[in-house]
Amino acid sequence: MIIDHPLLGPRDASEFVYLGDASLIDRPNPDTEDASHAFYEYAYLRDNPAGLHRELWFHEAGDRSWLVVTRNTETHEITKVEFAKDVARLAGRSL
Amino acid sequence: MSSAKNRLTGGQIDHSQSLNFSFDGRRYTGHPGDTLASALLANGVRLMGRSFKYHRPRGPFSAGSQEPNALVELRNGALREPNTRATTAELFDGLSATSQNRIGSLKFDVLAVNDLMSNFLTAGFYYKTFMWPAAFWEKLYEPVIRRAAGLGAMSEKDDPDVYDKGFLHCDLLVIGSGPSGLMAALTAARSGADVILADEDFKLGGQLNSETLTIADQSGADWAAATVAELATYPNVRLMPRTTVIGAFDHGIYGAVERLGDHLSVSEADKPRQILWRIYAGKTVLAAGAIERPIAFENNDRPGIMLASALRSYANRFAVAVDQRAVVFANNDDAHRTAQDLHAKGVQVIVVDVRPDAPMSMDFEVLRGAQVINTTGRLGLRFVDVQLQDGSTRIIECGALGVSGGWNPNVHLTCHQRGRPVWNAQQQAFVPGDMPAGMLVAGAAAGAMSTYDALATGVTAAAQALDLSANLPDVPAAENAPVEITPFWYVQGASRAWVDQQNDVTVKDVKLSHQEGFRSVEHLKRYTTLGMATDQGKTSNLLGMAIMAELEDKPIEAVGTTIFRPPYTPVAIGAFAGRHREQEFHPKRLTPSHKWAEEQGAVFVEVGNWMRAQWYPRSGETTWRDSVDREVLATRNSVGVCDVTTLGKIDVQGSDAAAFLNKVYCNGFAKLAVGKVRYGVMLREDGIAKDDGTAARLAEDHFVVTTTTANAVSVYRHMEFVHQCLCPDMDVQMISTTDAWAQFSVAGPNSRHVLQKIVDQDISNDAFPFMACANITICGGLRARLFRISFSGELAYEIAVPTAYGDALIRRLMEVGADYDISPYGTEALSVMRIEKGHAAGNELNGTTTAQNLGLGRMVSTKKDSIGAVLSRREGLNAPGDLRQVGIKPVNLDDKVPAGAHLMNAQGPVDATHDQGYVTSACFSPTLGHHIGLGFVKDGANRLGETLRLVSPLTDVDITVELCSPHFVDPEGERLRV
Repeated sequence: MIIDHPLLGPRDASEFVYLGDASLIDRPNPDTEDASHAFYEYAYLRDNPAGLHRELWFHEAGDRSWLVVTRNTETHEITKVEFAKDVARLAGRSL
Repeated sequence: MSSAKNRLTGGQIDHSQSLNFSFDGRRYTGHPGDTLASALLANGVRLMGRSFKYHRPRGPFSAGSQEPNALVELRNGALREPNTRATTAELFDGLSATSQNRIGSLKFDVLAVNDLMSNFLTAGFYYKTFMWPAAFWEKLYEPVIRRAAGLGAMSEKDDPDVYDKGFLHCDLLVIGSGPSGLMAALTAARSGADVILADEDFKLGGQLNSETLTIADQSGADWAAATVAELATYPNVRLMPRTTVIGAFDHGIYGAVERLGDHLSVSEADKPRQILWRIYAGKTVLAAGAIERPIAFENNDRPGIMLASALRSYANRFAVAVDQRAVVFANNDDAHRTAQDLHAKGVQVIVVDVRPDAPMSMDFEVLRGAQVINTTGRLGLRFVDVQLQDGSTRIIECGALGVSGGWNPNVHLTCHQRGRPVWNAQQQAFVPGDMPAGMLVAGAAAGAMSTYDALATGVTAAAQALDLSANLPDVPAAENAPVEITPFWYVQGASRAWVDQQNDVTVKDVKLSHQEGFRSVEHLKRYTTLGMATDQGKTSNLLGMAIMAELEDKPIEAVGTTIFRPPYTPVAIGAFAGRHREQEFHPKRLTPSHKWAEEQGAVFVEVGNWMRAQWYPRSGETTWRDSVDREVLATRNSVGVCDVTTLGKIDVQGSDAAAFLNKVYCNGFAKLAVGKVRYGVMLREDGIAKDDGTAARLAEDHFVVTTTTANAVSVYRHMEFVHQCLCPDMDVQMISTTDAWAQFSVAGPNSRHVLQKIVDQDISNDAFPFMACANITICGGLRARLFRISFSGELAYEIAVPTAYGDALIRRLMEVGADYDISPYGTEALSVMRIEKGHAAGNELNGTTTAQNLGLGRMVSTKKDSIGAVLSRREGLNAPGDLRQVGIKPVNLDDKVPAGAHLMNAQGPVDATHDQGYVTSACFSPTLGHHIGLGFVKDGANRLGETLRLVSPLTDVDITVELCSPHFVDPEGERLRV
């Protein structure tokens, strides 16, 4: 596989480490009343789509950036690669 | 000078040179350009092997890599390679080959008796027979039946050859060098694109080398040679003969095996036998040609019976007439070309064509509307029984029978991304369906069967791939005959008619599969093993599916096809391993004191990629325990030193560094004073302990975090995740500095005295108390870091210097510590001391335990958010009576405490439901004089002093132990603080 890094261009998948669903960015607020249920879902429940899947890859043998890669699980086609940092900020994460 | 009896003149071999070789000990000669199969056939040898299940005599069925039958063991001793296709093995001087899968000689194979038992060895034999009794598996089925049914034998010696791996990039990868591949490569080459042309054959030209047809007034072979010569002049073209593209992987990546030494008597010095290439291709043109398919009829597997195209190839390319009398059995016009070519070589040919309207010939007899209904000849074909159109039988004496049921486009690589070929009724064949992105197909592989169409589609495929419109090469004149074929799969009434020769699957087996309900192509494949041999059914799959379609009374497209998967042909394991074997299996990381430790005669242990000193034997010590006990006592009584560089070090800087550590550690770090170190536990988000270590605050905005050796990589990865994905605006930067600093633990009551001799600053207890840290200098100015932390439980420090000074530092420490009999200690003594002190390590932080289990539950702060904090509070992890870390000591002090043993109540049953816990770490404690252990016990914290049974039924351990505090040594921690 080849991942088109936003800064470094196309890089071989062997430079990356896979983590999982990009929903891991959406860490729940620990201070709400139903936090424990929200964290249970966050830690354990994943969609398993046949088709587009947003997932986290770490460029461990490269610039050590976390990336959100949009990959079609049926064809392995990669349609989008973003910095996880940018995705997290768009989702309202800050400090 | 050719003396072999079946050798013709001409062809693509060098008659002027002879090569000596042997098969089953007999000597023969062949010529450069021969394969092992062609050279044996030239010498009149048709019998080359025994079949997989029935041990039927077999000879080559093809002249290429689709070969199901002629598998031999090549070379001798450690170089022996089983299951080599004689039809692709390039002949070299001194080649030695042996037949396989036989007991006795090839001609009198004892296991040929299996053929008489064929009624019992039908489809599903394994599933039906090997059900019971279970003990028969080990005693009978495996040894006896496996022995009887099989392929070649491994040498069971280390592979002495060298293999390599390499990476290539190109704009266009062309797979196959027949007419379409050559035109595709030429089109791309002239445009200036970077081109790789790969072909599995040792001679480029593909099918053209086996034909007599002409291209632009030249013979096809001459045109191919001229085109290859032109391609060789382009600096942007890489020609790769002897290179099999084995797989089409994601995003235009292809695997290819290049054979550099397989055709040489002795591999060239310093050159690998094979290279496994990873080719990154912008676009790919698959020009893999087509593979002829057989017709099934009774006894269609005798040596001498082969694909019609193979007879043609042996005659035209290899100058071999398999026999002077040949029959061609066909349902299509192309097979008549075989007959024509054989006739031209002086072979007496008769064509048996199932079609009543088959074309007639002036040169040879054509039996229209006729079928081959049986053959005879024990070790090779002697007679063919033909049923004529009028129903009468004619027996023809001949030694060669060429069979053609039509041609299948070679769609193998189009299937590697799960593309499914589609049925083409006009061609009566499956042609490529969905393909891997970036792949185009040209020539016969795409169903363009005539030479002209192959040439033309080669140009258009390359032009389309590279988006070219101008300066395309002209398509030379060539034959352009349409495909004339009448579908015909098997002769009615045939039973012992082979479909898959390599796995011994017959028409009868397909019928049985149908009868027993295994009718989908995927079930048919697995129930009969059709197409599951090393050739992946290249010649047999469609035939089997067509028979099933007929039995189902459905069109073939409704039955469908199975698909192919990588590798295209079998690959030596050595090629996958490359240089990564033995000492080079993985990279080796050496600690800064490695050279010094080697000089001391240290015994090393692999810890991940690291080599760490395990202990330092001294003369007179006979067991490892002698050395380890001495190192522990020397440290506890005076001072010891240990290289702890392998622990992960992460440098964390930024104005939010403290807030960040507060997030990743479950305990608080915000208020840690500058110049202080704190022990910290990281949790996973699910509340389980992830890792432990220390964080030292060197400045307001600067921490140094340590991790366990094993988790150095994953903790760093996790911290970057927390920063980039969860709190992207925190001002914090981190970098792994594990390799940048050499770090030594100096431990023991005299550690301060030793260190003060080299540290430039005052490190008295007042100036540098327990858990202090500082940037310091040593030896009059060398920058260093000092941490007053202890894993051993003694007064101890860890001192770090830039890695380049690590070797000098250990030597200096040993020098200045001599007055105190300083002793180096290895990982064993390190481990003994941490067990004595009750510190958790990898055995306890095993991915199933919580901070609570470790007795560190109160560390999880409820005043702040941290990773894992929420789920660490859930009910299931806080149930009353859950596991707690405890110390374990034997009641009888001579007893050994084995790690992994389980604890049971003193009274009560010994079984899994009554399990009370288990031992995670154990050792002999030289400090206490008996064995001790750490473990987890239900409600352990409230059961100290209780006596339990420690059992390990597998190793016959059953002793009585007492639960105690895990802190066997200095439970109050007084020694740390002196």
